[in-house]
Amino acid sequence: MPETTKHILSVRGLAKSFGAKRVLRGVDLDVAKGETVVIIGASGSGKTTLLRCVNFLEYPSEGTIDVDGQPVGRVKAADGSWRTASERALASQRRSIGFVFQRFNLFPHLSALENVAIGLRKVRGMPAREAREKAAENLRAVFLGEHLDKKPSQLSGGQQQRVAIARAIAMDPTIILFDEPTSALDPELVREVLDAIQALAASGMTSVIVTHEMSFARDVADRVIYMDDGAIVEAGPPSEIFGAPREPRTRRFLEHFNMSGRRAVDAK
Amino acid sequence: MSIDWNIIESSIPLLARGTLVTLQISLAAGVLACILGFALGLAALSHVRILRAFVAAYVDFVRGTPLLIQIFLVFFALPIIGIRFDEIWAGIIALAFNTSGYIAETVRGGVGSVERGQTEAAKSIGMTHPQILAYILLPQALRPIIPPLTNELISMTKNTSLLSVISVYELTRAGQAIISVHFVPFEIYLLLALYYYAIIKSLSWLSRRLEARMPVL
Repeated sequence: MPETTKHILSVRGLAKSFGAKRVLRGVDLDVAKGETVVIIGASGSGKTTLLRCVNFLEYPSEGTIDVDGQPVGRVKAADGSWRTASERALASQRRSIGFVFQRFNLFPHLSALENVAIGLRKVRGMPAREAREKAAENLRAVFLGEHLDKKPSQLSGGQQQRVAIARAIAMDPTIILFDEPTSALDPELVREVLDAIQALAASGMTSVIVTHEMSFARDVADRVIYMDDGAIVEAGPPSEIFGAPREPRTRRFLEHFNMSGRRAVDAK
Repeated sequence: MSIDWNIIESSIPLLARGTLVTLQISLAAGVLACILGFALGLAALSHVRILRAFVAAYVDFVRGTPLLIQIFLVFFALPIIGIRFDEIWAGIIALAFNTSGYIAETVRGGVGSVERGQTEAAKSIGMTHPQILAYILLPQALRPIIPPLTNELISMTKNTSLLSVISVYELTRAGQAIISVHFVPFEIYLLLALYYYAIIKSLSWLSRRLEARMPVL
């Protein structure tokens, strides 16, 4: 499939319903290698669900996901037809997709170092020593070299989210998905997390970021996508989306924000 | 009615042997029940349907039938199909069988109550379901499991008294032996109650210490 291989992420016709409620209505999305795509939109617009469907934390109702040319959540049977991937197959497909959660979801019984190392050891089968060294390196990259042995409960929210970022990076994913990574943080801790994400984007990591931080979106994005009611309304470079949005809905949404950078009014 | 202090005094060493047997049975059955109960609890959480069905049937049987009948089944019925234990091991196995069913439910509930985000985070780094259970969910569930687990073990320890019906010479049986000779039911049953109370108190003290030593997450 040459069309999908040139993209790191390729989403086709993605739809998701929770009962009778249609949360995603046929989303197509391609993300190129090294690209940073930021998704904005009001709460309930489907952006988080879109992200969660990409690594099958949520099973899509319809549509296909491909990461780096490899199918996610489905496998080709011997007769050429597609089947839903087994749990084991899905687990191995997920290795190449990093995910950073709004509420960090660190493992509270493990130290920062172990949080990062456990995937290397148990999933990638790396020897304990090597895993610890790599994990320490990943944590130093997000400026947490001093906190390797602390438990998540001993870290601030910003530090916890940076551990979570290190945990995702450690697995050497081909793409990282960020689901409102700063929404659960106190305002003074937002910057350090955004800086870590920005540094990652600058290093060439392919990423999709769902956020309400508009000035960050403008700074970091190669492309901004505005979603509403389960569909992509408008997509384009940040200068275009924030400077001269074509769609009235995009304009109305952005009017809620004072574009000097702060969130003036809550998005809803 | 007056209390016969002489009988009480002379009974204390006689009951000590019964106490020892009660403790031995409780320990053996408790260890077996924990091993079996954790295994069953994890099997109940697996994604293998036949395992879950097996545990469901197991727990259903344990909860749906009286312990006394289960003891009789192990002691009297199993020999008919060629499985024979002495009364002590029959008792240990019956108690372990019974208690493991309840522990399985406790483990299942404890692991199930770990926040969903933990499973999602583990999935996102590519862990399989068995790995998530073993490395992420079970370690976090241990501390909250301890109090209900202690309750099960306390019930089990008290239920060792039922083994007197298959003539295991444990604490209750030892007391009954004294009663049948001297006919002093009040003194002896009172004494038995105190003995059991002391055993149970030490057990719950141990459990609280263990819980306090486990890290709060």
